[in-house]
Amino acid sequence: MSAPTLPRWADVVVLPLVNLAVALLISGAVMALIGQNPLEVLTLMAKGAFGSMRGFSYTLYYTTTFIFTGLAVAVAAHGGLFNIGAEGQATLGGLGAGIFALWLARDLPGFVMLPLIILASAGFGALWALVPAYLQAYRGSHIVITTIMFNFLAYTLLVYLLVNVLKAPGSMAVESAPFEPSAALPNAQEAFAWFGIEWPSSPLNLSFLLALAAAGLVYAYLWRTRAGYRLRTVGASAGAAEYAGIPPAHQILIAMAISGALAGMVGVNEIAGVNRRLLLDFVAGAGFTGIAVAMMGRNHPAGILLASLLFGALFQGGAEVGFEMPQFSREMVVTLQGFVILLSGAMAYVLAPTLARVIHALPGIAKRRPA
Amino acid sequence: MNDHTPIPATSREPGPPLAVRMAGIRKTFGPVRANDDVTLDVASGTVHALVGENGAGKSTLMSQLYGLYVPDAGTIEVFGKPAHLRSTHDAIAMGLGMVHQHFMLVDTLTALENVMLGAEPHALLLRAERMVRPRLQSLMESTGLRVDLDARVGDLPVGDRQRLEILKVLFRGAKVLILDEPTAVLTPQETQHLFGVLATLRSQGTTVILITHKLDEVMRLADRVTVMRAGRIVHECGVKDTSPAQLAEAMVGRKVNIGRPATTGVAPGEVVLDAKGLQVVDAMGVTRLHGIDLALRAGQIVGVAGVSGNGQSELLEVLSGLRTPRAGTLRLAGETFAPTRWLTPRTARRLRLAHVPEDRHARAMVMDFAAWESGILGYEGLLVYSGGGFLRRRRMREDTRDMMERFDVRPRQPELASGRFSGGNQQKLVLARELGQAPHVLVVGQPTRGVDIGAIEFIHGQLRKLREAGCAILLVSSELDEILALSDRVLVMNAGRITGERPVEACTEAELGLLMAHTEVHPEKAEAPA
Amino acid sequence: MDAILAGTLLASTLRVATPLILCALAGVLAERSGVIDLGLEGKMLFAAFAAAAVGTVTGSTFVAMLAACGIAVLMSWLHGFATVTHRGDQVVSGMALNIITYGLTAVLAIAWFQQGGQTPPLGEDVRLRPLWPGAGETFGVIVGEGLLGHDGLVYTALALVGVVWFLLYRTRLGLRLRAVGENPNMVDAAGLSVRRLRYLALSMNGVLCGLAGAYLVLAQSAAFAPNMTAGRGYMALAAMIFGRWRPVPALAACLLFGFLDTIAVRLQGVKLPHIGEVPVQAIQALPYLFTVVLLAAFIGRNVAPQALGRPYVKEH
Repeated sequence: MSAPTLPRWADVVVLPLVNLAVALLISGAVMALIGQNPLEVLTLMAKGAFGSMRGFSYTLYYTTTFIFTGLAVAVAAHGGLFNIGAEGQATLGGLGAGIFALWLARDLPGFVMLPLIILASAGFGALWALVPAYLQAYRGSHIVITTIMFNFLAYTLLVYLLVNVLKAPGSMAVESAPFEPSAALPNAQEAFAWFGIEWPSSPLNLSFLLALAAAGLVYAYLWRTRAGYRLRTVGASAGAAEYAGIPPAHQILIAMAISGALAGMVGVNEIAGVNRRLLLDFVAGAGFTGIAVAMMGRNHPAGILLASLLFGALFQGGAEVGFEMPQFSREMVVTLQGFVILLSGAMAYVLAPTLARVIHALPGIAKRRPA
Repeated sequence: MNDHTPIPATSREPGPPLAVRMAGIRKTFGPVRANDDVTLDVASGTVHALVGENGAGKSTLMSQLYGLYVPDAGTIEVFGKPAHLRSTHDAIAMGLGMVHQHFMLVDTLTALENVMLGAEPHALLLRAERMVRPRLQSLMESTGLRVDLDARVGDLPVGDRQRLEILKVLFRGAKVLILDEPTAVLTPQETQHLFGVLATLRSQGTTVILITHKLDEVMRLADRVTVMRAGRIVHECGVKDTSPAQLAEAMVGRKVNIGRPATTGVAPGEVVLDAKGLQVVDAMGVTRLHGIDLALRAGQIVGVAGVSGNGQSELLEVLSGLRTPRAGTLRLAGETFAPTRWLTPRTARRLRLAHVPEDRHARAMVMDFAAWESGILGYEGLLVYSGGGFLRRRRMREDTRDMMERFDVRPRQPELASGRFSGGNQQKLVLARELGQAPHVLVVGQPTRGVDIGAIEFIHGQLRKLREAGCAILLVSSELDEILALSDRVLVMNAGRITGERPVEACTEAELGLLMAHTEVHPEKAEAPA
Repeated sequence: MDAILAGTLLASTLRVATPLILCALAGVLAERSGVIDLGLEGKMLFAAFAAAAVGTVTGSTFVAMLAACGIAVLMSWLHGFATVTHRGDQVVSGMALNIITYGLTAVLAIAWFQQGGQTPPLGEDVRLRPLWPGAGETFGVIVGEGLLGHDGLVYTALALVGVVWFLLYRTRLGLRLRAVGENPNMVDAAGLSVRRLRYLALSMNGVLCGLAGAYLVLAQSAAFAPNMTAGRGYMALAAMIFGRWRPVPALAACLLFGFLDTIAVRLQGVKLPHIGEVPVQAIQALPYLFTVVLLAAFIGRNVAPQALGRPYVKEH
């Protein structure tokens, strides 16, 4: 009550940027501490991420995965749930893609196979998310704890299946046999070649379009449909939902199923699109990056697209800097991501009031508040 | 507003020494003035009652005495010494003790551990317990407050927990005992026992400040009484010099006269909602409604009067489908409901029952939603708003703009977040939404709470228009004026029961006051008119 | 041969369980005071890095452990600053600390030691040694090696279970900590500072996480490696929940989890009678599976501290 509230434009645009700036500042201090010039690193990062078609293509590949996990975290958040389990749901999504690809791709053509793989990824992710959702909705088990446990269970399950069932016979590596071509999502180079456009080789593939479509669909679902309206009502005010006659338990199941399906589609990008075989560790923390993306993007698909691009650029840029400066490790980007979550998530009440005071001290803004 | 001038504190120079003197206390929370220039003197060794409706500022005043809040202005003296109470710690050190309405007990600890917490005489618990136990036993002996010290508090019945609370406070050496609504959760027998204990304590020299809104308790126990309303003291006197009716009038604060418009020529129609034997038990196991019977007729407004907190909220929740009663039946639009399959909010709307909830913030709107999204809350399933599962956003916006026009909601910005409107404008939007569905039954709680004068008139006009259109309306309000201005029939609720029912023409202020205060003039059973 | 097997199983179980025990106790302290701590993993990881880095530079076991505890306490305070002082989301803060640590320790290790994130192996004189090196010969395999063949930190961890139990259930401070996790309003009304009690619990929590991290580097492996905690912090969290926020049952859960880990490694490729070959992963999954099943079975019973995860705001 004592602190003035932020105007909407500041809340949506300025605050995330301030959070990012502070996180960058801290990371810059860390770089300076280990004897690197933060400005030089940032320049190299930007060049690595956007300076070449190839780099940009890599950036978009990372972006694809982050869009999926960011949307996953956001949809759950709109239902009032904190989904830490995107990591595990993505793992299951990849497993789903792998199983269907290994099982059916020999007999089915691509135009049947690829939709099937997308459905398998989403379906496996959704089912994996539904168990914690059910336990939260009907047994009151804290979804944060259960989704953490399910992350480990997902990984263990993947290891078991890869080692004992799906591993390519005779291979030393813990990975499946390569998929048949019909189960491989065309990559950007191939796709652009259809139109006679030259595109550098990179992991970027058609699931980028799928991610964009998912962002659009999530927007449409949440803000354009009755079902989305109900989901948001439950997340924003349990009392109002009760008054409106919307049972929260159903919405918890729906929110987590959608969230899990979105996270699961990481499998389309990483397994069917890039690796074209099932392997371990393909999620590589993207589920947690999704938390940072959703927080920076204020749980809105448009914001999430931008935040995903930002983190995609950071990861790609970080990898490039690693080549130029052997001392630099891309974990710097993970650190930055952690600070973004800390500042915009856990310390939301630290910076915002200060910002609000600064904005209200500016002339001509205080008066624009409605009575 | 100030029809009873506060008695100047200085007018009582001689007499018993003062235990507590609070002078010129002011406390604001944001825009709300919870206490405004409050002066209170409590004589040592007396029981002093502090009465007023919910939100009158009694608890806030006492929280400042107990160091939970620091006053914005004013001074406090305890036993003649100036007290600067920055924390509860300071208050306890000055000999003050408070028993809160919500018990300050830890369920998982034993009774003894609860008493000791914060005042453990030794760093090792076993030693501390050994030192505390005999002292507590003699305290229990002398006061009659008996509790099993080794029981887990979670296993104790409510009455025991309260005794424990008092014991805890006395154990810390409190000479002034502040009790916040102590009987709210007690059975009549437990209340009886508590009053016996309090009388004993008074005879032993303890000062008791009793926050309550039950006037019979004041008459039974207190020596002096102070009435608060809207953050101010409006009346203060010795209990011998007053009557429940006078206190009730001071609490409710009737402005001068009641503008009672002649009832229009609409004859009440048939019964559209018929509830029988509604019984509600809350999560604490306290019975909130004791077998309420209620019938609503088309074209009639039934007003429920009563000091707030006597079961009106539970009644609203049961009738709107938000709460399932333990017993009772409900007939609505040809359907019958029993506790095994109670009305749900969705069914209620389908049967044309609209509900304007008391708690706007928690229920009636989603504060983060734009006004046009809150403008259809509960009706999002209607075809006009979501044909084919997609929201018809243009229609939603148009209808909200329309509601804003009709009910003069300002600013007229459907895009603005619901939480950014003022309380009165939020309420108008909610009423516009619920009334706009042309309901057959309307259940409405506190329709004008936090609404400015001009808007009150307007809202009353809308409710009357709805009655004329043949809607059956149940109106719950803590404003007696409002009840009398709108209702055709008036019910009075007290302690979960209907203690009286009158046609509005037969209502006299004095009698309603007595019914609200539960000092019954002539016993009367509430029955639905056939 | 059975005695040898039993001795090694016992020894290995204790070794695996030690960091779990320390972290689970840390979790018990924080959460009984009402602060959710998902940051056990991060604190342990940063402590491990601090122990390795400082141990390498100074060559002193004591200073290494001090550094480990110091950094973990600082992180606990940061958690407290975000969640107790500023009422931020406890879950998010814990997650953020874990992610920051995961990145930052790797960054610092790579920059300072230039071995791809590893630190140089610590010398024998810095590492912890068994307290009674000759015990195996005197007392046999089971008691001598299995039980008495460990370094001091293992026994410290076991002793700390008793200490934490005593603190929580037999001292004034413990009474207050339990109360503040159940009903902070009451603690406030009793004239005690909610904030101070929670910071105190978090400080002790930091020391315990610091010891756990130090153990990983000074006893289990000789050097720091990125993400070397590998989810142990979460497993400790599971053990704490499995032990229903009580020190002694949490110890039992840690020993059980440690034992499962030990036999999972042993059973690899072994065919058991009647059952056949048990997949390692099935055993590794058991701690998490147990915890989920237990959480689901908790329905209707309030076993977690009542005020857990809810920032304390004075009501008016």
